Amino acid sequence: MSEPKPKKKFSRRKFIVRSSVGVGVLLGGIYFSRPAWRRSIASMANSAEPFYMGGTDKPLLWFEIRADNQVLLHSPKVEMGQGTFTGLAQIAADELEVDFSQIKVVHAATATGNIDGLSTGGSTSISSLWQPLRELAATMREMLKHEAARIMGAEASALSVKEGVVSGNGRALTYGEIVKEVKEWEIPETPPLKDIKSYKFVGKPLPRVDLHDKVIGAPIFGMDATMPDMLYGAVVRPAYIGARYVSADTSQAEKMPGVVQVVKEADFVGVVARSIVEAENAKNAIQVTWDVEKEWQSEEIEEMIKVGKGEPFVIQKEGGAKRILDNEEDVATAEFKSPIGAHAQLEPNGAVAFVEEGKATVMISTQVVKITRKEVAARLGLDEEKVNIIPTYLGGGFGRRLHTPNAIQAAVLSKAVGKPVKCFFNRQEEFQNDTFRPPTHHVLRAKLGSDGLIRAIEHQVSSGDVMFGSPLFPGIAEPILGADAGAWRGGMIQYGKIPNYRAVSWRVKLPFATSWWRSLGLLANTFAIESFMDELAIKAGKDPVQFRLDQIQDDEAGHRLKEVIKAAAAKAGWKDGAHNGRAMGFAASTDANTPCAQVAEVSIEDGQIRVHKVTCAIDPGLAVNPDQVRAQCEGAIIMGLSASMYEKMTVRDGQLTPTLYGPYRMALMKDVPREIDVVILENAEAPGAVGEPPLGPIGAAVANAVFRLTGQRLREMPLELA
Amino acid sequence: MKISFNINGTPQEVDADGNTPLLWVIRDVLDLKGTKFGCGKAACGACTVHVNGEAVRSCSYAAKFAEGKNITTIEGLATGDGLHPVQQAWMEEIVPQCGYCQPGFMMATAALLEKVPNPTDQDIDDNIVNICRCATYYRMRKAIHRAAEIKNANT
Repeated sequence: MSEPKPKKKFSRRKFIVRSSVGVGVLLGGIYFSRPAWRRSIASMANSAEPFYMGGTDKPLLWFEIRADNQVLLHSPKVEMGQGTFTGLAQIAADELEVDFSQIKVVHAATATGNIDGLSTGGSTSISSLWQPLRELAATMREMLKHEAARIMGAEASALSVKEGVVSGNGRALTYGEIVKEVKEWEIPETPPLKDIKSYKFVGKPLPRVDLHDKVIGAPIFGMDATMPDMLYGAVVRPAYIGARYVSADTSQAEKMPGVVQVVKEADFVGVVARSIVEAENAKNAIQVTWDVEKEWQSEEIEEMIKVGKGEPFVIQKEGGAKRILDNEEDVATAEFKSPIGAHAQLEPNGAVAFVEEGKATVMISTQVVKITRKEVAARLGLDEEKVNIIPTYLGGGFGRRLHTPNAIQAAVLSKAVGKPVKCFFNRQEEFQNDTFRPPTHHVLRAKLGSDGLIRAIEHQVSSGDVMFGSPLFPGIAEPILGADAGAWRGGMIQYGKIPNYRAVSWRVKLPFATSWWRSLGLLANTFAIESFMDELAIKAGKDPVQFRLDQIQDDEAGHRLKEVIKAAAAKAGWKDGAHNGRAMGFAASTDANTPCAQVAEVSIEDGQIRVHKVTCAIDPGLAVNPDQVRAQCEGAIIMGLSASMYEKMTVRDGQLTPTLYGPYRMALMKDVPREIDVVILENAEAPGAVGEPPLGPIGAAVANAVFRLTGQRLREMPLELA
Repeated sequence: MKISFNINGTPQEVDADGNTPLLWVIRDVLDLKGTKFGCGKAACGACTVHVNGEAVRSCSYAAKFAEGKNITTIEGLATGDGLHPVQQAWMEEIVPQCGYCQPGFMMATAALLEKVPNPTDQDIDDNIVNICRCATYYRMRKAIHRAAEIKNANT
């Protein structure tokens, strides 16, 4: 059995093979050698060759053609704001030969089978579907053409297709008319794809397909879902780290108005009532006994997370960096820290579930549709085929919805009362039970050569779990993979001309849940490495932009990185040093094979850091929708600023705090740069990652600017002046 | 208790506990789902509606206080078949990403424009204090200025 290595181009036959193995391959890792596994996971985390796991190669499950000639595209990826539905519609329209307006994208439910086995996340939705979706759409087009030929009694080769109408022989049939006449479809070999240059929709800044719904307030989110005769549930959730449910006194709650039933399970207690308010009130009347072994404090977490305390894994090694840095004089060293971060997505987690005799239906905002189904099925003791997960639009994802215990809770409550139940977290529970971005600690060392360039450099990052904290990577993966590929994302040295470099990832098991948070380790790792690069440039007496350019290797990745660095510097009018109370800071990162460089223009106002302008150059490869690439950059920059400058969770007496917006300070309108200038380069043939890479440089870019204004080197996020 | 008010121009009478937040009456009794729950503590603005023209965070506004008042939600922001200038501007600037917080921002913006027809950037900073996790603020600011233009051109 060979390794399921992603191919740049695969024929239909190969596609079937890939599809049929699905997630089983991922979990069946024992068949593969450890190095093969590491390569697979590393390529998924950090390369241009994204996985597409599962789904189906049957065009009829992807495309539903309606009598009125509208085409429904059943997306295996969920829409959480990243614009995937729009990009997929553009890709499909071009090969299907329909107008963009004829396509409506909907979430595929598990009952239709067309679901990605992995997840929606990792900035892979468009890039992983680029090839298969074009092949499927082209195949569907040929199937329609073939049937039209049969109906018309013509040769398929004599027919032409335009905007969903097949013409020839003096006749014309819409796709909708053809579909009505078809009893059995014939699936041909995958036809050749069109020349990318001939595409009418791919590459255009078309408006989002969900724009109108989102502007009129249409009920499209998980929290808006309803079912007939629906009741409302509430579940008591722990407020302390490591709290285990022991027992509950529900006598008060049972007497509360509107209560239909109190539900006691071995691992949680909940209540079902006629309304959300009644359910919440009754929940608050339940007295739960928790077992809390220890009341944790932030100081203890900070001590645990220090480099040297966890388990080390060397993730990158070239030359003899350690030997040089251990033995030579005049070695520059620096430490950096980042805090615990909350997802704080606006739509809380929750689900609407209906469990009937032998089957279950769940409507939910989830990034892991198949895992949600598996977990619900396991809890209810049902076959997975008996559980239909209907994904809704997500009111923000950011990695938070890789974890959906809420689906289980709603299903259990529904089973207890025999009616549909809607059950959501409240905001306090969201903050207390988040799967946080782990705190990090970084130690860097470097030695400059006599030419003023880096001779040896080392980055050590210590982090709580990211990938290993998610349901995507079962326990079996940990000993095989070693290092947590999420924690070290962005943690490698990207300057390949440096003769000696080394990166080490220290794994620390924290007492609270940590997992994926948009861009994973990228934000903190780039903050540390790119702040240190700035310090080294200054120590070498060099311009920080040129200092970077001089140390990037001459291969394709190096070329693309150099191009974004040059583009950002040129567009921003890069000037080193402070001028008229303002200064620029520079930083660059490469994430999932997408290089990104940013220049932040900063001043100090009333003792506070004020970011006036951010210039961003990014090379995501082919931009399927340049406006959405721009939107993702703008959002990532501001979210990254928010996390770098304001956000921080702390641990006090066993509790994670704060538990509300406001006290959990996030960027508001007033904090946002008045100018965000995005330059898109497209130095790769296929679409690459967009949603996360532009989060990388922003923290370091701001900190580097602050140093030029104040002489203060900020080593800890959130960035605060002394 | 029985509570009577106008919502989006239509008289309504609901039977609810007077202390129930107006948000849940709007969402679950009247089934208008455009008004969102974000925090329940008036800290994020996702639930913003208009009560007699004022922007109000409906998660922290007891339903009994709505008695006799005019309530507008995102579903009733536009009059007639078209879109309100704020919604038009949001379309033109392609503001939403996940979209969950956007009705609250649009309602807050519409209320601001009634009081300040040409808001400065400072006015926007001072008055638009909702939270958007996708961080679409950059386009929102453009859209707010654009909405003012559209609205002023219409009147």
